[in-house]
Amino acid sequence: MAGDGETLLELRSLVAGHQAPVTAPASFSLARGETLGLLGPNGAGKSTLLGAILGTARIHAGELWRLPGLRLRHLPQRPARPAELPLSGRELLRHMDACQLPPPPALENKLDSRIDRLSGGEYQLLCLWACLGGDADLVLLDEPTNNLDRRHTDLAAEEINAERQRRACLVVSHDPAFLDRVCTRVLCLSHEH
Amino acid sequence: MSTDLFLLPFLAGLPLALLLPLLGGLLRLRDEWLATLGLAHLSTASGLAGLAAGLPVVWGAPLGALAGALFKHFAGQRSNSAYGLMILAGWATTLLIAANTALGDALAHGVVDGQLYFVGVREALASAAIVLTGLLLLPWLTPRLIRARLFPSHETANRLPAWHWHLSFDLLVALAVAVATATLGLMATFALIFVPAWMAFRLAPDWRRGQALALGAGLGGYVAAFALALALDQPFGPTLVAVLLIMAQLAAAPGKLDL
Repeated sequence: MAGDGETLLELRSLVAGHQAPVTAPASFSLARGETLGLLGPNGAGKSTLLGAILGTARIHAGELWRLPGLRLRHLPQRPARPAELPLSGRELLRHMDACQLPPPPALENKLDSRIDRLSGGEYQLLCLWACLGGDADLVLLDEPTNNLDRRHTDLAAEEINAERQRRACLVVSHDPAFLDRVCTRVLCLSHEH
Repeated sequence: MSTDLFLLPFLAGLPLALLLPLLGGLLRLRDEWLATLGLAHLSTASGLAGLAAGLPVVWGAPLGALAGALFKHFAGQRSNSAYGLMILAGWATTLLIAANTALGDALAHGVVDGQLYFVGVREALASAAIVLTGLLLLPWLTPRLIRARLFPSHETANRLPAWHWHLSFDLLVALAVAVATATLGLMATFALIFVPAWMAFRLAPDWRRGQALALGAGLGGYVAAFALALALDQPFGPTLVAVLLIMAQLAAAPGKLDL
């Protein structure tokens, strides 16, 4: 199955929004093994487009096709993080079924810590691996470099590039240099409707 | 405690001291621990209304708690404001029923303060049944509840129905709170849900040991409170609350249990 390039997702002139349309019509397809970057200015609707794929935003026009039975993981812009929770990183990965791949060494050292005692960057990397370390077919990453310094950004790129042929990734970012490092293609969204 | 007179009440409350702290951890995870105080007040009111109609408290109490849980689930009312309204509605109804029926104030106090020494086989069976149900459901519910808290879009993104296990948890909590309120009393129930989980969230290094800590605190506090209340001839509910609070204070390093 890995690397066979089967199409997992296709958007045809899709316009997404909530009460009203937010995005310009978008068309693209995504196959296993690909990492597609979505680049665009604030307000272009990058996260709303992810919401339409997830089912949390409304499709106003166009079509969305998902492979039936698609297993999907989503890293939101700001991952939920309770102020106090006795849950270790290892337990979080187990509950997200993200134990199929060995975690990166930099993360392994932190897995026995409580998630509320990790730094913002460490928690972001943990949540990123919770999306990537399992058997998901498609992973949607919304601004995965939020809260990350240069060293953690490098680690995030390593995580995304690890075993990339197993899955497809759709990465939203405002950082073109990061998208160049991790993506096989980059799509620019504009404000124009 | 060795006499038959107190053995049945002890055994009726013991399983609840096991289940309520485990539920408390999940309620704290969902930021819903205040809901249990609302449900406990509603079950007190319906338990007392049932008494006025000739029903045992353990039959009447679940009706109010279930009504509160269904309202919370289907109306999407998961805010502290909604839980505050539940507390006020339950409190007002309880006292008005007490003031306007032949049961009088004493029975209302009995339900509010706890009447563990007067419970019988009916309460013991209800307690065993709800705890058995809870222990069967929790391994299925816990990973889903944790995932829903940390990755709330997971079910929607994967087209997985989530309503049935959210509702299962709401109903399990409602029934456990109702049976516990009828058996242990209102504040003892709330204390067993709130304090052990509070300690676990502060002190435990991970979820598994947090649940073990909460369970140990709940069972230990219950046994100690039962023995102390009998030995010192004190009411059980306030004794349990006091014991749990002292345990929480002793278990934490100085200054760590700040609110």
